[in-house]
Amino acid sequence: MWEYTDTVKDHFFNPRNAGAMNDANAVGEVGSLSCGDALKLMLKVNPETEIIEDAKFQTFGCGSAIASSSALTELVIGKTIDEARKLTNQDIAEFLGGLPPEKMHCSVMGQEALTAAVAAYKGEELDEDDHEEGALICKCFGVDAGMIERAIRNNKLTTLEMVTFYTKAGGGCNSCREPLEELLADTNKAMVAEGLIKAEEAFIFGSAPAPKKEKTVKGFVIPDTPVAAPTGPAQPSAPVQIAMPAAPAAAPAAVAVAPAPAPAPAAAPATGLSPAKEAILVARLIEEMRPTFKRDGGDVELFDIEGNIVMVHLTGACSGCQLATQTLGGIQKIISEALGRPVRVIPVAKT
Amino acid sequence: MKDMTEVTPVYLDNNATTRVWPEVVEAMLPYFSEQFGNASSIHAFGAEVGGALRQARRSLQELIGAEFDHEIIFTSGGTESNNTAIRSALQVQPGRNEVITSAVEHPAILSLVDWLEKHEDVVVHRIGVDKLGRLDIDAYREKLSDKTAVVSFMWANNETGTIFPVDGLAELAHQHGALFHCDAVQAVGKVPIDVKSTDIDMMSMSSHKLHGPKGLGALYLKKGTRFRPLQRGGHQERGRRGGTENAPAIVGLGKAAEMARASMAEDIKRMTALRDKLETGLVASVGHCFVTGDPLDRLPNTSTIAFEYIEGEAILLKLNQAGIAASSGSACTSGSLEPSHVLRAMDIPFTAAHGAIRFSLSRETTEEEIDRVLAVVPEIIAGLRVMSPFWSADGASPENFDPAYA
Ligand SMILES: Cc1ncc(COP(=O)(O)O)c(C=O)c1O
Ligand code: FES
Repeated sequence: MWEYTDTVKDHFFNPRNAGAMNDANAVGEVGSLSCGDALKLMLKVNPETEIIEDAKFQTFGCGSAIASSSALTELVIGKTIDEARKLTNQDIAEFLGGLPPEKMHCSVMGQEALTAAVAAYKGEELDEDDHEEGALICKCFGVDAGMIERAIRNNKLTTLEMVTFYTKAGGGCNSCREPLEELLADTNKAMVAEGLIKAEEAFIFGSAPAPKKEKTVKGFVIPDTPVAAPTGPAQPSAPVQIAMPAAPAAAPAAVAVAPAPAPAPAAAPATGLSPAKEAILVARLIEEMRPTFKRDGGDVELFDIEGNIVMVHLTGACSGCQLATQTLGGIQKIISEALGRPVRVIPVAKT
Repeated sequence: MKDMTEVTPVYLDNNATTRVWPEVVEAMLPYFSEQFGNASSIHAFGAEVGGALRQARRSLQELIGAEFDHEIIFTSGGTESNNTAIRSALQVQPGRNEVITSAVEHPAILSLVDWLEKHEDVVVHRIGVDKLGRLDIDAYREKLSDKTAVVSFMWANNETGTIFPVDGLAELAHQHGALFHCDAVQAVGKVPIDVKSTDIDMMSMSSHKLHGPKGLGALYLKKGTRFRPLQRGGHQERGRRGGTENAPAIVGLGKAAEMARASMAEDIKRMTALRDKLETGLVASVGHCFVTGDPLDRLPNTSTIAFEYIEGEAILLKLNQAGIAASSGSACTSGSLEPSHVLRAMDIPFTAAHGAIRFSLSRETTEEEIDRVLAVVPEIIAGLRVMSPFWSADGASPENFDPAYA
């Protein structure tokens, strides 16, 4: 069954502040019987100080829903309404020492109940319900079908690789590949029907190229010599990989040993841009990608460019986590495509 | 799970899997390091293996009342047997591309037919059930046609224990020239089966549901039934399932089959009595709960009770803390967000479907164990209900809860 932390177990078996509160002056109710999760959060707020003096919950839900509710009450007691409304579901999950990805929605429910209670206290209208979830598709990153579908629609995604780049789904063990392919194919099909994308752009189930098994040379160490841009028809997009596109197939053996000069080194950048113009282009590309990272609580900034190496600062949620690798792969691909030559993106520490 | 307290744990999750009987383990042991040879080899290291496999096949044959021992094909489990049967039936009947099955089958059938429907141009009809889990036979008749390649209904439902009249259902299929497959994984070893006297063409079984080892199953294939293997390779299982036989496991299944047959009549009587005691006791002491499934025709060992206004995983965690192992079809345990497809097909209200707990007994279950369950469950349920927003001091009050959105 689930791997719950000891804190989760403790808050489930010995819930704090469970039960009804008759003199609550702020109540937030979310969920429903049909979704199998429901939470009623009751707060007693001191009208003068706006401090939450007491909190109680009633929860219909699994072990982690009850534990999340219990944690929520512990987190808000003693805080002012304004402090409390800054709490996020991450705070609840962190308080509990983490939740299994499938169970993160329990912490989201806690945050939503709090938002509802605060809104009720302030007499505000609640925003439109954006509480929609679907089946959990990617366990590595806890991404559900609803989120993936939104990303596909909003960004007109038509390749698996871009789905991974936008949602992280599929960026780990890759065992969610089949359901991802299905979801992408189905969503694209619907988008074609709605006239959002052209039929020939749509992803067809099973048409994804096989993952390219490129030989990674000594981990991340990549020859510094410029490598000829792939000639001929545009390469089919391959799953995001951190490895640089290998040298042309003519010299695979040599690559493994040392940075052998490529048969016909393309001295000039493929786009024919001057290094300064390239830098401007790269800077713009990275600027364009920033909002995506910020949505996840992270950020990316261009630091420097040296030949084939693009150095970036990664901060926040992106740095350090598994995702960093993933993220870099995505940036690398976009820049390589724009410049028409392979580059390597590496993270550097901010000094 | 680790949370077991000092008391001897009570295992009431035998529909998930069973304890391998010590006699079974003992029968298997020589086939790991003494008689480890390949049954197909000539030399002495495998001399006894062939004979042991024959014996095991015969024991299973007797348990299910097959006419010939070669009608049994050993596989890796119920799932493989199901996949083999459905795919084979579609391949041997060109011109027929429809499958009829029920809405309450195990995922080993349902996800397969979903796939076939979506990607292999197969037309799938999923027949519904009533509130007691009984098949809508009129709907079934209506869907049968000369396009039907195969009909697949389970013998007994893994969640509710409800038994389908597979014998009659198979006759109906044959009237339309369709093959009939039965997922009997939950029935074999628990209720008497005499497959030769039925119209069933193919039947899936799984060893670990009857105290045999895991990772082994069998497909019954009535003599003369056209067949295409799923797994091609060597000539094992007469070319119908390539791959070196899992000899120790097969020997174990043979022993388990023998043992199940020997005591089946008494086991049924005892398990039924214990199950009924459990059900009457809980319904009387807990309130706002009910037994699901067909009270007149179900497995002797299975009881799924729906507790209203609380959620199954929470109940299971508390049960586990009290040393009782059961299971739930609740959304939260399975990682999906939907409650059990079986209970939903039965139109069990959401208020109850989320709180359904399955207790599944085995022939080893004792009266003391049932008493333990009866002693702890009422308190667990009451404790969780106090925490439920759908419950107030005066009892159920779903109308008290008016969320910002639903
Ligand atoms: C009705 C039914 N069919 C098939 C299976 C799958 O069997 P196995 O685990 O041997 O693959 C199960 C077991 O969960 C079952 O209950
Ligand atoms: S489950 Fe999606 S990458 Fe592992």
